[in-house]
Amino acid sequence: MGKMVTLTIDNQPVTVPDGMNVVDAAKSAGINIPVFCHHPKLKPAGMCRVCLVEIGRPEIDSATKQFILKDDGSPKVRFFPKLETACTTPVSEGMAVITESEKVAKARREILELLLTSHPLDCPVCDKGGECPLQNLTMQYGPPQSRFLFDEKIKLAKNYPLGELIFLDRERCIQCGRCVRFQNEIVNDPVIALSQRGRSLQIITNSEPGFDSIFSGNTTDICPVGALTTADFRFGARPWELKPAPSICNHCPVGCNITFNIRREAMNGGKWTIKRVMPRQNEPVNEIWTCDKGRLVYQYLESDQRLTSPLIRKNGKLEEASWQEAIDLITEKIIVVGYDIAALASGRLSNEDLYNLKELVHSRGGQTILYTHMAGGDQSARMGVGEGTDFSTLGPETAILVIACDLHQEAPIWWLRLKNAARNGVKLIVANPRPTRLDEFATHIVRYQYGQEAAVLSAFEPGGKGFLAEVNELTAREFADATNAILFFGSEGIGLLHSEALAQAGSNLLYKTGHWGKPNNGLIGIWPHGNTQGAWDMGFKPCMDMPDLICKTRMMYIAGADPCGDDPKLAEEIKSIDFIVVQDLFLTTTAEIADVVLPVLPYTEREGTYTSGDRRVQRFYPVLPPRKNIYADFSIAAKIGRPVGLELEENAAALVFSRIASTYPGYDRLTYQTLAEVQEQWPIIGRGDLYYGGTSYDNHQGTGCRLKNEIIFGELFEPTELHLPDPIQIPGGTLLVVPVTKLFDNGNLMQFNSLLEKRKWGAELLMHPDLAENYGLQAGEVVFLDLEKGEPYPAVIKTDGDLPSGAALLPRSCGIPLSGPRAVKLVKMAEKD
Amino acid sequence: MNQLAENYWEEIQEILKRYPPDQKRSAVMPLLFLAQRKKNFVNDQSIREISDILQVSPTDVASIAGFYSLFHQEPGGHYRIQVCTDLPCALRGADGFLKALSEYLSIEVGGTTSDGLFSLEEVKCLAACDHAPMFQLQGKGTIRYHQEQTIETAKTIIEGIRQSASLNMEGELS
Amino acid sequence: MTDYLLLRHRNIEHLDQLDVYLQNGGFSAFKSAITNMQPSDILKVVKESGLRGRGGAGFPTGVKWGFLPNNLWPHYVVANADESEPGTFKDREILEKNPFQFIEGLMLASFAVQAKTAYVYLRGEFWQIANILQNKLAELEQAGFLGDHLFGTEYSLNIYTHLGAGAYICGEETALLESLEGKLGQPRLRPPFPAVAGLYSRPTVINNVETLTNVPLIVQHGAQWFYGFGTEKSPGVKIFSLSGCINNPGNYELPLGTPFRELIFGLGGGVPKGHKIKAIMPAGASSSLVVADKKALDTPMDYESCMQILGTPLGSASVIVIDDSINMANLVNKTTHFFKHESCGKCTPCREGTYWMAKITDRIVRGAATDDDVNLLQAVTSQIEGKCLCALGEFSIMAVQSAILKYRPDFDKLLAERISELETPALKFEQPVV
Repeated sequence: MGKMVTLTIDNQPVTVPDGMNVVDAAKSAGINIPVFCHHPKLKPAGMCRVCLVEIGRPEIDSATKQFILKDDGSPKVRFFPKLETACTTPVSEGMAVITESEKVAKARREILELLLTSHPLDCPVCDKGGECPLQNLTMQYGPPQSRFLFDEKIKLAKNYPLGELIFLDRERCIQCGRCVRFQNEIVNDPVIALSQRGRSLQIITNSEPGFDSIFSGNTTDICPVGALTTADFRFGARPWELKPAPSICNHCPVGCNITFNIRREAMNGGKWTIKRVMPRQNEPVNEIWTCDKGRLVYQYLESDQRLTSPLIRKNGKLEEASWQEAIDLITEKIIVVGYDIAALASGRLSNEDLYNLKELVHSRGGQTILYTHMAGGDQSARMGVGEGTDFSTLGPETAILVIACDLHQEAPIWWLRLKNAARNGVKLIVANPRPTRLDEFATHIVRYQYGQEAAVLSAFEPGGKGFLAEVNELTAREFADATNAILFFGSEGIGLLHSEALAQAGSNLLYKTGHWGKPNNGLIGIWPHGNTQGAWDMGFKPCMDMPDLICKTRMMYIAGADPCGDDPKLAEEIKSIDFIVVQDLFLTTTAEIADVVLPVLPYTEREGTYTSGDRRVQRFYPVLPPRKNIYADFSIAAKIGRPVGLELEENAAALVFSRIASTYPGYDRLTYQTLAEVQEQWPIIGRGDLYYGGTSYDNHQGTGCRLKNEIIFGELFEPTELHLPDPIQIPGGTLLVVPVTKLFDNGNLMQFNSLLEKRKWGAELLMHPDLAENYGLQAGEVVFLDLEKGEPYPAVIKTDGDLPSGAALLPRSCGIPLSGPRAVKLVKMAEKD
Repeated sequence: MNQLAENYWEEIQEILKRYPPDQKRSAVMPLLFLAQRKKNFVNDQSIREISDILQVSPTDVASIAGFYSLFHQEPGGHYRIQVCTDLPCALRGADGFLKALSEYLSIEVGGTTSDGLFSLEEVKCLAACDHAPMFQLQGKGTIRYHQEQTIETAKTIIEGIRQSASLNMEGELS
Repeated sequence: MTDYLLLRHRNIEHLDQLDVYLQNGGFSAFKSAITNMQPSDILKVVKESGLRGRGGAGFPTGVKWGFLPNNLWPHYVVANADESEPGTFKDREILEKNPFQFIEGLMLASFAVQAKTAYVYLRGEFWQIANILQNKLAELEQAGFLGDHLFGTEYSLNIYTHLGAGAYICGEETALLESLEGKLGQPRLRPPFPAVAGLYSRPTVINNVETLTNVPLIVQHGAQWFYGFGTEKSPGVKIFSLSGCINNPGNYELPLGTPFRELIFGLGGGVPKGHKIKAIMPAGASSSLVVADKKALDTPMDYESCMQILGTPLGSASVIVIDDSINMANLVNKTTHFFKHESCGKCTPCREGTYWMAKITDRIVRGAATDDDVNLLQAVTSQIEGKCLCALGEFSIMAVQSAILKYRPDFDKLLAERISELETPALKFEQPVV
């Protein structure tokens, strides 16, 4: 604990750490000092001047350097005639602050009047009205009327697009600079700035596309007025009409806490409708932020295209049927196929869904397969980061190694947390075949070639098994000798084969360097979906030889996955299975070839839990009333189980979870109650005082719990003999093409969102200009990739001098089925028949 | 193709030498002046080129261009006649001088002559208060003072420029 | 003043040429400093001389230099040549006519704080001056006065110029540093002060051109010598820039403590024939209006007397003279527009307040205002006062407040006349005064 300082605020003694500013100190004591430009997560600016307060300091005898005391023994405090800005004033011993007095009230009134001279009378039509700090403070301290002549008010652009996602109303902007400072200080994207000067000071953007930052939506939360609004929510609803409904984002393994705002509206037939997504405060997970994907991609949840009824194939066509019919048919088949049954599910399902499905299938002797391109979840379950892990507490004693990942694209909020951790002194080692946005903050950068991931980690081991030129000794020592070490591994350019080796190598490395079984140490997988870690924990594993499995399977139960839509070759194979049940939100390509299709509720219409990539279990709650005639995945599994003699919990997710807790050692002692407990959080963000932290929601519904990692339970860990994958063969005439993840891809869920069209990655083949030249290709040219899965796939060449010259990159989920690195034959436009 | 880098490579290197190598951002202002030489204003392409040369975001370069009065982001005359009408000059007749110039050039303050050669602007104190009325001429990458002006002396200067000025194919003053 | 200290080119022709400057004792101070003296010796003599900043703040120069810590490097010295205060043109004359003495002062300051790099930040409009200055610096490098291992010592020094681009606020120390760093020229929060965290977050000295021009002479002649001019608390000479309704506008170098009367009526030739002096603005536009009565005219022009007797700082000593042909409401319209144009916009009271004041004064001079507007104008100045992030906002109200207080009838006159032209009527004087 550092040095503490005691001061009085409004005659109340307050003790806070030295270095804290008066606004934050007051807040910690429950006293609210109005602020606009100050934000507890930003450096103080002293721009708006609304936090002016009276500050007195004890007088010091110049000879003795001691406080001069009054008769009663208390220090003599001298107040300066000028008010001072509380946000830029650090606390000092014996300071006296007065936040409520006539002088202070007058100053606040005057500053508010000055701000309102330029601010338009937009409240009736302004999105912020109702959750607006300026409005609230004007009601509290402001003058009831302005002395500025109305027709002399400055006229500025009211609908200025800072890019197509964020709109700026220049008249409403009070030049607090929070948005610009957020972009510069917190997310390192200087894509908006203040320009001009004096009264003309305004926000501009000059990036292509405008406001090119995946965190841009957060500026609308911290903007204290209605100047910045998202294109998504703009003119959508009035805040007082909205109800908050807490949930968890499941687009990526970070597990950001969010709040959906809903209201019932006539134009939607009286239905409860989601109007926007807001971040919910959970400091160890996502602080008060969320990325633009989590904020903007939710339309699929309410789409009209959702399945409304079970479907059964009759006479070659899928026809609506009743649940009873569907379940009867399925149970009939289950009995027939014996143990030739397999479930294929993805990390989109909740723990409860996956548990019940697993119970169902395992009870029949069948297999549970995780549909994913990335292996290693068993390693991260054993070696995962333990309780007490908190990225914000880490400093120079910690080393964090991130390998095979473009973290900014794969798990944006982790990128943010790690970059801030690096700023706090953490030794960040970034290993990747190409430069990414994490490099800037790295202490060490390691470059390797696609395919060498596991070998790179082996080279980090003390004694360097398989020395690689790319990993120098200093870097390896930095990792091995650190008090704490966390290893993040992703799937940059690799598929199941290499990620399995990578995860194994990661476990071995952590074990050998003693970084396991304690807080802030362990392995974290940067999974493609929100609950992939949960899926591993519940007993789903990827299958390394799908064709082989498919051969042996007579019934496949596919939940939350679209293998046929992703890969036509796989589609051919799956089609050959006798009986296919698909459980999904939409009639996907896979569903179209199924024998039975079952509609499911999205996570917003039920409750459950997700386990994040860093092994924190979090609850999500119902947001909207469930649509009729549709059930949650776990309920369906229970319905099917009963006729075949399996008693599974059908109705209460909490009871499914208690079964999970009693089954898996990592999950024991967890209940829905413990998951709903809230840890005290700082800074204090919330509905009560909007100006301090912005309009992110405070958290009353649970900050989640970390799992213990399995290795603690006495399970002996033996470092596995590592089998490095064979080098990838590149026969003549082919090019090594590797899959990479982009945040805004062209996946299924993105199809329902029109806002992100300009920022989505499509079928683009990214390569170094030299590589393109070697193959006689030019930027902008369309080339066809022959993946031996039917017709070759077209892709547009895009060159980038920062890429390695040995491989071409293809974004995942862009319509081209590449699940791992492979040598691909390229067919030019002219050569194509 | 980075035209600024092509046209002014040596000068840019000399400018960069003035500042510590990890503080390239300091060179934004000198490069903006450079970019303004040919057409007396800075366009979006120049901003991107400066951004490329210095590795500073285009937004940050644009923000600097907008803050300062001598950087112009809209086209004006090839020569900007900038008359100081601040207090000390005004006390010595600057307002009347400006009005006379405006009438002579047949443009409003802020406007540009139809031949594109001159725009007339009102500016703040130029530290020439003892030689008022006066104006400065910003054009062709230079800024020059013309002090103790009468409308006659100003006319001489303006016509002198008109006669010797010729525009090349790209509309730039040669 | 016959023997100039700063405007020595008025005594010595072609002093702006290196050989002439050298012939007249130029760079002897610098040479002896770096070959025979310690940096702390230079610091000591400047401190003891009592030299105060000539840019407007009047802060003791040697004390400022002494604030630089010795545990953070490198150190920088920046010369503030952003002369933009209306009525100020003294640094311009030094830079144009006696540049080497200024440069030598800058070099001595750099040596005193052990800086190896110094910058001259010139306002953008001084483009010609900057070019010539760059040539002079190149000349000095050729002659061995700048560069590495000067005169066989360990000391190296390089000086570079940096052009501003038309922003008065960049004359403020921390805004200047922001501008030099390639950011918006907006003042920083203080603390930390530039002496501790200045240019590129390193300890930095920023001095006005005129201040530095004093230094070679102080080093040459000693601290006591400097006290031979001026007053005890404001030693030395000052260049007074005289402008406005005056017969002989120009720069005048006088000992501090010379009364206004001597500057205005003695050297300045007084106000034009047929007019009487009305007011004085001692510090350019950042002044209160001083009624030019006997008391004011007899006030010595030094930092203490101006403040104590006239209630307004001497500032940069840019004396603007106003005669009885001028209506103060018109004058104030000029100053409010100046501050509105130059406000950086960072803090609310200055950004909104200067805009508001200018709107009101616009209507007053157009005759489209009422008595309430004049009262409102006064109220707005109080609203701005004491709340701003930097001095610009605080100074923007001074002329306005003093005009309303002391020259209310001028405002009433414009209200009464109800002129309905939309143009600002030109201040008097169609022809320049000769």
